[in-house]
Amino acid sequence: MRLKSLVPALYILFLMLPIYWLVAMSFKTTNEILAGFSLFPQTWTFANYHEILTDPTWYWGYINSIIYVTLNTVISVLVALPAAYAFSRYSFVGDKHLFFWLLTNRMAPAAVFALPFFQLYSAVGLFDTHLAVALAHCLFNIPLAVWILEGFMSGVPKELDETAYVDGYSFPRFFATIFLPAIKSGVGVAAFFCFMFSWVEMLLSKTLTAVEAKPIAAVMTRTASSAGYELGLLAAAGTLTIIPGAIVIYFVRNYIAKGFALGRV
Amino acid sequence: MPRLHARSGRGLDYMSLELKNVSKQVQGITHVKDTSLTLHAGHFNVLLGETGSGKTSLIKLMAGLDSLASGQIILNGKDVSKLSAQKRNISLVHQFFVNYPHMSVFDNIASPLKVSGVAKSEIEGRVEEAADLLKLKPYLGRKPHELSGGQQQRTALARAIVKTSDAVFLDEPLANLDYKLREELRDQLPDLFAGRGAVVVYATSEPEEALLLGGQTALMTDGNVVQFGPTSEIYRKPKDLDAAKVFSNPPINVAPVTKQGDTVILTEGIRWQVSDTVASLQDGPYTLAIRPNHVMPVETPAHSVRLDGHVQVTELSGSESSAHFDLHGHSWVSLSPGVHPYLVGEVHSFFLDPSHCFFFAPDGQLVA
Repeated sequence: MRLKSLVPALYILFLMLPIYWLVAMSFKTTNEILAGFSLFPQTWTFANYHEILTDPTWYWGYINSIIYVTLNTVISVLVALPAAYAFSRYSFVGDKHLFFWLLTNRMAPAAVFALPFFQLYSAVGLFDTHLAVALAHCLFNIPLAVWILEGFMSGVPKELDETAYVDGYSFPRFFATIFLPAIKSGVGVAAFFCFMFSWVEMLLSKTLTAVEAKPIAAVMTRTASSAGYELGLLAAAGTLTIIPGAIVIYFVRNYIAKGFALGRV
Repeated sequence: MPRLHARSGRGLDYMSLELKNVSKQVQGITHVKDTSLTLHAGHFNVLLGETGSGKTSLIKLMAGLDSLASGQIILNGKDVSKLSAQKRNISLVHQFFVNYPHMSVFDNIASPLKVSGVAKSEIEGRVEEAADLLKLKPYLGRKPHELSGGQQQRTALARAIVKTSDAVFLDEPLANLDYKLREELRDQLPDLFAGRGAVVVYATSEPEEALLLGGQTALMTDGNVVQFGPTSEIYRKPKDLDAAKVFSNPPINVAPVTKQGDTVILTEGIRWQVSDTVASLQDGPYTLAIRPNHVMPVETPAHSVRLDGHVQVTELSGSESSAHFDLHGHSWVSLSPGVHPYLVGEVHSFFLDPSHCFFFAPDGQLVA
């Protein structure tokens, strides 16, 4: 019995260690971090957090990130909903190939697209806007959302659609008042994955922004070059970066496994 | 006889649904072959056929959920072939219990009325009435997933009767219910639709249901309506071998016979005298078919032709026992009331009733 609980406990400890280390560091002074090994902060300080939350160059990084991530999530889900419905309910020429091709977009490294996006957005005047990053992230988030939503939609029997049509529902009314409520957990999971992948993506968001829409990931690299290494500040920024994801995970915690299986459980 | 009067005027039985040369192919596969039918209100119109015989495909065409490849559908004299399901004023109940999962039973039943813009005050009364008929009153506040299967299907039925449809399609509505619920609901169905004036189409794979619901029956195989007419009539006189096969459960016994003069020869040693229509047939080979309930394990004045067969499988279902036996390479079934002590592997004597034999010509058409 002891051994049974010991193994998972050790595993969780192993997983949590880096996060603990990050959080512990964020409450230390940079001097203490550089001084050597200490399990707990010797002198607790909130200076790191204070600086991030008061310095606009810092907190605007978070706001910028949240703006384009939210924008991307909304666009991705709105575009993916009709696409997923089509894949789930109709068969058309090349539907299976198209469906698979969508997912292969997800497999290409973002670096491949950094240069063309940079040139394209500069040319059309989208460079350094939130919309630029949001659109760029659609490249991998829309396919993902289509796959997840298609899985959830295919779990709803086609007879539900037919019953609604016979009852007199027009398609838009059926979609909004009957179909969407029936797959709302799927919409939540799709939104979560879009949010997550857009939130952690760094290369495109850094390449496509300069000042106005600079994401937190780009701001964080700044500390390395200013007054030496401000490790405490960096740790506090890292800790704050984890929080939005943790909040979103909380809301979809019951459906997350189904989401990882792209809705096909 | 108020119904007879209604038929002559613009009464309840006036409603009709007419299919003219309707067909449907999907990706080169024929789902419904060239079909023409005229269905009337006032009784059940049963579509009887095995799974995959095209019943659901035909219903989808009639309901406007699928587009026609060719032909016309006329509902009460109006061509609805090009109209969508929304504009046909019909109701549909599926085999699977389909309700709107996030709505209460009340809202589920009320939804067709709400969509068509019926006044709120009127909706309440009509939902209550439908719920009353289907014994759903105590459950109006519940969600579909909080109901039993029978209650879920009753909710779907209530939604079908709450609006005044011109046609109601019931696609094997009882197939997923357990035996007792099925019987209970089936007894209720005729009353539920009586006097509504809608054309009621009921699809089923069970011959017994067709007989119980009566009215008219269309027998379907491979997307084809092989015979259509009053249910008892086509039960007694199947047009051809296919029709006889569809309308029999357990499967009808089929065997090749030879007719010589006034004698029918099943095999050497099994022969019997015939008269009238059969005797007047041309001599030659025919296909004999006889329902299992006319092959009994006991001899009676009517059951006079003796068949000795190896019993292979026996089944007891309630008050009936059936035995599958082998007779010269052909599998036969006997269905008789009561419990019979069959021994599997042993030879038993069975007796068929020659007056209930169907004779089909080599091309499959009924000749006697």
